[in-house]
Amino acid sequence: MTYAIETIGLEKRYGALAALAGVTLAVREGECFGLLGPNGAGKTTFISIVAGLVRPTAGTARVLGADVARDYRRARRALGVVPQELVFDPFFTVRETLRLQSGYFGLRANDDWIEEVMHQLDLADKADVNMRALSGGMKRRVLVAQALVHRPPVIVLDEPTAGVDVELRQGLWRFVRQLNRDGHTIVLTTHYLDEAEQMCDRIAMLKAGRVVALDSTKNLLATFSGFVLKLRLDREDLPEDLGLPVAGRDGTRFVLRLRDLAELEQVLARLRGAGVRIAEFELHPPDLEEVFLRVMARPG
Amino acid sequence: MSGFPTLFAKEVLRFWKVIFQTVAAPVLTALLYLVVFVQALEGRGPAPGGGAWGEFLVPGLAMMSVLQNAFANSSSSLIQSKITGNLVFVLLAPISHLEFYAAYVAAAVVRGLVVGAGVLAATAPFVELRPVAPLWSLAFALLGAATLGALGLVAGVLADKFDQLAAFQNFVVLPLTFLAGVFYSVEALPVVWRAASHFNPFFYLVDGFRYGFLGVSDVAPLASLAVAAVSFAAITAATLALLKSGYKLRG
Ligand SMILES: Nc1ncnc2c1ncn2[C@@H]1O[C@H](COP(=O)(O)OP(=O)(O)OP(=O)(O)O)[C@@H](O)[C@H]1O
Ligand SMILES: [Mg+2]
Repeated sequence: MTYAIETIGLEKRYGALAALAGVTLAVREGECFGLLGPNGAGKTTFISIVAGLVRPTAGTARVLGADVARDYRRARRALGVVPQELVFDPFFTVRETLRLQSGYFGLRANDDWIEEVMHQLDLADKADVNMRALSGGMKRRVLVAQALVHRPPVIVLDEPTAGVDVELRQGLWRFVRQLNRDGHTIVLTTHYLDEAEQMCDRIAMLKAGRVVALDSTKNLLATFSGFVLKLRLDREDLPEDLGLPVAGRDGTRFVLRLRDLAELEQVLARLRGAGVRIAEFELHPPDLEEVFLRVMARPG
Repeated sequence: MSGFPTLFAKEVLRFWKVIFQTVAAPVLTALLYLVVFVQALEGRGPAPGGGAWGEFLVPGLAMMSVLQNAFANSSSSLIQSKITGNLVFVLLAPISHLEFYAAYVAAAVVRGLVVGAGVLAATAPFVELRPVAPLWSLAFALLGAATLGALGLVAGVLADKFDQLAAFQNFVVLPLTFLAGVFYSVEALPVVWRAASHFNPFFYLVDGFRYGFLGVSDVAPLASLAVAAVSFAAITAATLALLKSGYKLRG
């Protein structure tokens, strides 16, 4: 089976520091894959190796079956990368920047697609503006456009929403989701875990250069998180034999941790059976932030 | 299709957009050298080869400008892209190290030749030159610009900061071009310095280039051409090996 991205035993050392300490990952074609981890976990290093920007100390990486070192032309054609840093060439306008990028990939008559990408990213009215004169968010959009200019089947976005306002962030994710629906494989990193939760089919969590969790978003949520139920009851003391999973209490307020909705049914039935009345009720579904914190807190 | 034509065009566009600084300024500098040195040397009898000093100085100044500007083009472009980070856009593209080399060096050659032609054009009203063998001059200009363009690439790859590049420019390129017999014939030097000059590859470039204009030279032009070609081949091999290794470009 050909994966969109496949790495085997990827290692990168900077002196004594192991930025990557053996990462084996496979991103399936057509999925939206999240790469999460705290600052310095190795996300950018991983992406840089896949993009051929950094050479691994050990291990191999392939993009759609093409080895990033031996078959670099094919690998790079298949890949569009939005770098984490806001880089640009101050000598050129937006349109010139995109035409140059297109030309680097050997595509000459590509103006229709360039106009289309600019339109999609709301850059059309900035087409002839020098890169220097753009705001940070605009520059970020140009970076996205540059990554798409050669219509790569696999798109990697390294923190595309860092320092971007809410409106653009939502617009960007809408666009990324559209690309995903159109068949592009998406790999993204972000520190906004709610974004990752909404966008990603599968998630890998990196910690100190190692994969410490890898599963579908659904399974991760089910395994590491649960429902949090907040209740205000009509009394402070509950009968001991109710055996409720109480995680905290404050007067008549109770916080309960539930594995799943079946457990919720049980809790409610027991309260009713004991004649306890519920004054207030709040249910929080599992969220990725909690998963993340729990995974990162595990030893090793 | 290859990414080479676009990278080459971009490198040309880069200096063309600031032509005042990249072409007009060095032409003016050469013109000032000419005025000063002609004034200083005029009373000292005929120039080497027996002609007027202007005729001797102009080809030397033109070649010096070719060499310095070819070096400046590739080295400053590369280090700028490295420091601002936008080199990543080239590194992400399916461009081989050979195409990378060719694009930067070809653009450096264009810059060198444009500045050299500018020096000849700007000095034409003051010094009448009738090149006796222009193809020789062209061959040396091309080889010289390509050699320095490649050297500029090496310096651009190795340097981490602008001041390291400036040091290389001021302590290596500038002395070697100045001491290449631009302002004098090495035949007029004391024996030791004359011998030393023959270890300076730039000397053969200037001498051969001047031969095309004056028809006289310190060294036989074919010998100079051989030295220039070997120098170019050597620096090319070194540059390609450096680029292929990815040293300082691909972490
Ligand atoms: N060129 C380099 N030289 C030395 N160390 C480096 C280099 N590049 C990265 N590192 C180190 O490697 C580790 C991983 O860095 P990386 O940029 O991959 O982290 P990241 O997960 O992308 O972090 P962030 O969320 O902050 O972007 C860090 O400790 C970093 O300091
Ligand atoms: Mg990063």
